[in-house]
Amino acid sequence: MEGTPPRILITIPAYQEERSIGGLVRSLRERYPYDLLVLNDGATDRTSEAAREAGAIVLDLPCNLGIGGAVQTGFQYARDRGYDIVVRIDGDGQHEVEDIPKVLEPILAGKADAVIGSRFLGETEYRGSIPRIFGIRFFRLLVNVTTGYRVTDPTSGFFAINRRLVAFYSDHYPSDYPEVDAYILMHRLKARAIEVPVRMYERAEGKSSITTFRAVYYMFKVTLSFLINCIRRFG
Amino acid sequence: MSRVTLFSICASGALLLYILEMVRRRKLREEYSILWLTGSVVILVLSLKQDWLVGIAHAVGIVYPPSFLFLVGILFILLILIHFSIAISKLHQMNKKMAQEIALMKQGSQSEKK
Repeated sequence: MEGTPPRILITIPAYQEERSIGGLVRSLRERYPYDLLVLNDGATDRTSEAAREAGAIVLDLPCNLGIGGAVQTGFQYARDRGYDIVVRIDGDGQHEVEDIPKVLEPILAGKADAVIGSRFLGETEYRGSIPRIFGIRFFRLLVNVTTGYRVTDPTSGFFAINRRLVAFYSDHYPSDYPEVDAYILMHRLKARAIEVPVRMYERAEGKSSITTFRAVYYMFKVTLSFLINCIRRFG
Repeated sequence: MSRVTLFSICASGALLLYILEMVRRRKLREEYSILWLTGSVVILVLSLKQDWLVGIAHAVGIVYPPSFLFLVGILFILLILIHFSIAISKLHQMNKKMAQEIALMKQGSQSEKK
């Protein structure tokens, strides 16, 4: 990163977000000079066209890989094109675009390898459902006990990572529900991960990828893959 | 020869021939036929060699020898299912990789055209 300014890529996974993606891309373009990459995870609506018309680069996955698989494709794109930092933000308007500098700043300053936006740090208006809050508490405990990171929002999908993590995630990233798992991967890499307060909102359009029906499966799957990742070898 | 013995000889023999025919016609790949073939051969041999079956069954504490045949059958089915789960996971991984490569390549060729 010496001399030339760091190249920053904002990646936005999107599935069936035709109504919100265009506005999001436009508001990002107005504010930031960074490249915008929309990961269309096999959507059947006009997500891809809407994102392209708004001026983003779009990767169209031929089938639905799940959020982790889509985000990983964005990391591969960034790795192949030599980006220094990748920001990941949701395509449904849950994350506050104004907060992007907050997740970027510690990486630019060389203080962290990963910066994760937390909806629970600082003053928060976030109100989740009871099972969701329970799940977050459970994963918070799991992450804090096993990795030693002080984490408040282990399921946050609003983060920025540097080259080193981009390269690693390009090869190793869970297909679904990747956020909690990412902590163990970072821990294994001895990466410096910190949280910063960000604002998050209830979804503006579309449905959350986690329905109550899947909540139990989600808990089991994430816990299992988290524990397996503790004992897995990464070649 | 008891009826259960006759039945298990016929059933395992038919299975063996069916699997071999599927492999011969290339409807079943060799690597996926190995466990099926071994399983049916083991059951066939144990059905034909009554004294072996009785000997092994008693050695592991099974009073009614033909139930040892069921046990062998179930164990092979379990092995085959695990084998399938592994094969599916591998295909899943390959499928994901290919989808990602396709998406990256499509984008690459689009930006070249511009």
